[in-house]
Amino acid sequence: MANRSLASRRQTIIAIFVAVGLIFLGRLFYLQVIDDSYELSANNNVLRYVTQYPARGLIYDRKGELLVYNEAVYDLMVIPRQVKDIDTAEFCLLLGISHEGFVTRMKKAREYSRFKPSLFEKQISKETFGYLEEKMYRFPGFFVQPRTLRKYPRPMAAHLLGYVGEVNQSVIDKDPYYKSGDYIGISGIEKSYEEILRGKKGIKIRMVDVHNREVGSFQDGLYDTLAVMGSDLHLTIDGALQEYGEQLMQGKMGSVVAIEPSSGEILAFLSSPTYDPNLLVGRVRSKNFSMLNQDPVKPLLNRAMMGQYPPGSTFKMVNDLVGLQEGVLGTRTHYSCQGPGSSPIRCTHNHQSPLDVYVAIQQSCNPFHWHVYRSILNNPARKNVRENYVAWRQHVMSMGFGHKLGTDLQYELSGSVPEAARFDAIYGKGRWNAMTVRSLSIGQGEILVTPLQLANSAVVMANRGYYYVPHVVRTVGEKDTQRGRFKKVVSSIDPKHYEVVVEGMRQVATMGTARWYQVEDITMCGKTGTAENPHGKDHSLFMAFAPADNPVIAIGVIVENSGFGSTWALPIASLMIEKYIKGEVRRKDIEDRMMNGKLF
Amino acid sequence: MARERNNVFSNIDWTLTILYLVLVLMGWLNIYAAVYNEDHKSIFDISQSYGRQVVWIATSLFLGLVILLTDARFFSTFAYVIYGLVIVSLVAVLVAGSEVSGSKSWFQIGGFGLQPAEFGKFATNLAIARFFSGQHVNIREFRTRIIPLVLLGIPALLILLQNDTGSALVYSSFILVLYRLGLSGNFLLAGVFVVFAALSTLMAGPLYVMILLGVLAGLLFAFMKRNRRNILNLAGLLLLGIGFIYSVEYAFEKVLEPHQKTRINVLLGKEQDLRGAGYNVNQSKIAIGSGGFFGKGYLNGTQTKYNFVPEQSTDFIFCTVGEEWGFLGSMVVIALFLALLIRIVNLAERQRSDFSRIYGYGVAAVLFFHFMVNIGMTIGLVPVIGIPLPFFSYGGSSLWAFTILVFIFIKQDANRNALL
Repeated sequence: MANRSLASRRQTIIAIFVAVGLIFLGRLFYLQVIDDSYELSANNNVLRYVTQYPARGLIYDRKGELLVYNEAVYDLMVIPRQVKDIDTAEFCLLLGISHEGFVTRMKKAREYSRFKPSLFEKQISKETFGYLEEKMYRFPGFFVQPRTLRKYPRPMAAHLLGYVGEVNQSVIDKDPYYKSGDYIGISGIEKSYEEILRGKKGIKIRMVDVHNREVGSFQDGLYDTLAVMGSDLHLTIDGALQEYGEQLMQGKMGSVVAIEPSSGEILAFLSSPTYDPNLLVGRVRSKNFSMLNQDPVKPLLNRAMMGQYPPGSTFKMVNDLVGLQEGVLGTRTHYSCQGPGSSPIRCTHNHQSPLDVYVAIQQSCNPFHWHVYRSILNNPARKNVRENYVAWRQHVMSMGFGHKLGTDLQYELSGSVPEAARFDAIYGKGRWNAMTVRSLSIGQGEILVTPLQLANSAVVMANRGYYYVPHVVRTVGEKDTQRGRFKKVVSSIDPKHYEVVVEGMRQVATMGTARWYQVEDITMCGKTGTAENPHGKDHSLFMAFAPADNPVIAIGVIVENSGFGSTWALPIASLMIEKYIKGEVRRKDIEDRMMNGKLF
Repeated sequence: MARERNNVFSNIDWTLTILYLVLVLMGWLNIYAAVYNEDHKSIFDISQSYGRQVVWIATSLFLGLVILLTDARFFSTFAYVIYGLVIVSLVAVLVAGSEVSGSKSWFQIGGFGLQPAEFGKFATNLAIARFFSGQHVNIREFRTRIIPLVLLGIPALLILLQNDTGSALVYSSFILVLYRLGLSGNFLLAGVFVVFAALSTLMAGPLYVMILLGVLAGLLFAFMKRNRRNILNLAGLLLLGIGFIYSVEYAFEKVLEPHQKTRINVLLGKEQDLRGAGYNVNQSKIAIGSGGFFGKGYLNGTQTKYNFVPEQSTDFIFCTVGEEWGFLGSMVVIALFLALLIRIVNLAERQRSDFSRIYGYGVAAVLFFHFMVNIGMTIGLVPVIGIPLPFFSYGGSSLWAFTILVFIFIKQDANRNALL
């Protein structure tokens, strides 16, 4: 009886077994079938996404000469957890770092993560890497990640090319493409063509074990993506001309911009003083950057687009064109000039009087242009001076002044052609007239242009009334994707009027202020300018194009604080034109004088 | 003689034997997957644990054969001697053993380690079976109660001294044997109550558990026959319960080491410590959970193969099953274990000798405890107590010991008719 009742306890015991089995099955069903989070965790455990950095695109000049290429460097990475029993002294010696340096780096890496790789030493040179590579097996936990740095075979065009640096946090927050430690173009072409140059990062998915050792690729690389190298850029820049210009501008502050009038392609784009672009690469970048940044002559400033100067006499044709267009000036209009005794603006040149527009341009006569400007503003066709001023300003802006030209470079300044409202604010509405703003008649006063705008105005003259938006990139990769991107802009002045001022500019070069710097066999049309500078010595300006009838080059030159336009800017421009058209310069005496001129 | 030998093989229970063989084989394949190494692809590579497991399996089968060929009466006759020898070895290991990961429980012989604690289970089982199969035992007598407690207590205590808590706790499984022998079901209930009360005290704090206890007592008081004896019993139980709750609280706060407290807190979900104490269980759950319904496929598990799960070939071998074979495979393994346990219990019940039956229940109890605790800890239902999954986990001592445990029973069962 007792035995039988006890035998029935078998059922209870089996029930306990089965109950536990069912609880396990329920739990397993939940873990394995219902809850997905574990699968994700397993992937996070085992997959390591290794970024494959592409090399940036190369940059060539218009003749196919290499301006920028890449050099391999190596970032030394460390996974602190795996660093064990290494000969620290030898390691430090190999890397050329101190023991303290080793300790602080390790501490920093450990603070970031003991399991994930962090940067130990960036941009190790090929040479150091060579030593290190052979001994790498003795330093567990360290590995190298190949990167590329920019290299410039000929140190020039620094402002144009710009530089590359590590991406900062605000960019990372905005653009998910960038991760900490990535490189990004910070200025110049590197910045404006960043998306083309940078290529596409790839991802290699590696499987790692618990010690973070790679144990193979994930699904035989099915989900890996290859890094795609950035596209190459072919610039409109003529490397030889650019380099020559930089030699001419040595020791001077200012800028030279040369443009092909028929296309808007920038041939030379330089700002002086400049620097070797190799200085802003790699590990020395931040040190050199602060050194350049503190230099009082501001070598980092891109004067070609960010320097703004009064155009001075180079602006006189612009007023003549408006006068011709508005009908207040004719080719037979004559004004008299009293020379230094003229009022309200003196004349600084000795010439015939009375004179017409051709001679006025050729001789850069101030009183003549004052008369022209006064008749523009006092034009009876409109109600008042203010309306005439607004019309004048619109004409001027249509020729590429007072607004950004919209080049493919970053940080362009717009120059300035003051609005009527500005004079209203200064003098009161209706209380200003031609007399009040007379400086504008000779390109002084409130008007400011950038060297790029100055060169572009030469383009407008050369083309007799239009320009293409100036730009520096000709083709991207093998494809000519830039065609049609840079629009033709037509001025509001009738092309026939340009013939008048172009004739004046031709006389400048043959008989006028530029006659001493004629280039053999080439007819140049140009205009000097001497811009009064309230902060010091006058700026020397020159704008020109050549040859007169079939222009291939338009140029603007500004040399700061150097006096008359004909002293520095003109000879430099004429040498540039000779260099570009003839390929070599035969006027060695002028070349020597320009190259050796030290103005600061 | 020849006839008797034939009898052994024709009489053994092939269902149980095949279940054993299937589990051992599956275990071996999973050890291979768990520590699979590209450089050592051969499953027989002796430098890897799966290669060595072949040696353990072969020697286990040999041991099984020897047991089957031994006279069945040998084990009942020499039960106390075997028990004594194992106790001596348990003492000896404390003196002369070597320490492996905190437990001083190994004899190092050549390249192989031997863990006497594993053999304590079958030896104690023999002793318990021998004791209860003797004349004049009555579970209601004090003497009959105290002697098995001593028999269980000595090896448990010695193993505890080796710092191997998991293996010591195995001896609590014999409560099932005692239950079958007539121990009141209240003890099982009390056991469940103790575990439940301890856990809820740690989770919710002593106050709530005491309120619950009071409510229960109140209900009992309302519905029971209110005689003097019952009221005194109830009062006694209530006091005992309150005392227990406070001891749990005290033990937890004052006796346990901080890492043990963390481990328990992690299990109870009061603490998230995925890098420390919770790491094992978390990784184990990730491994099993990532298996899905059908699993990742044999040798395709990443969690175990790349060592994210610690001790993946021994205590956490079930992770490989869960990850590579999925819910389906886990279900098969659990079903096989349940089949094994039920088969043993059913076989035990058909024994004519008390010794064989009691021994059979002991086998089932020990295997069940391992099954419950080992799989339970991999899926986060039981604290991490390092005991192996029978037949699956890598290790010579445990495979040998489980083989001996099971084969003595198979031998007894094969011999069940011969005795009478």
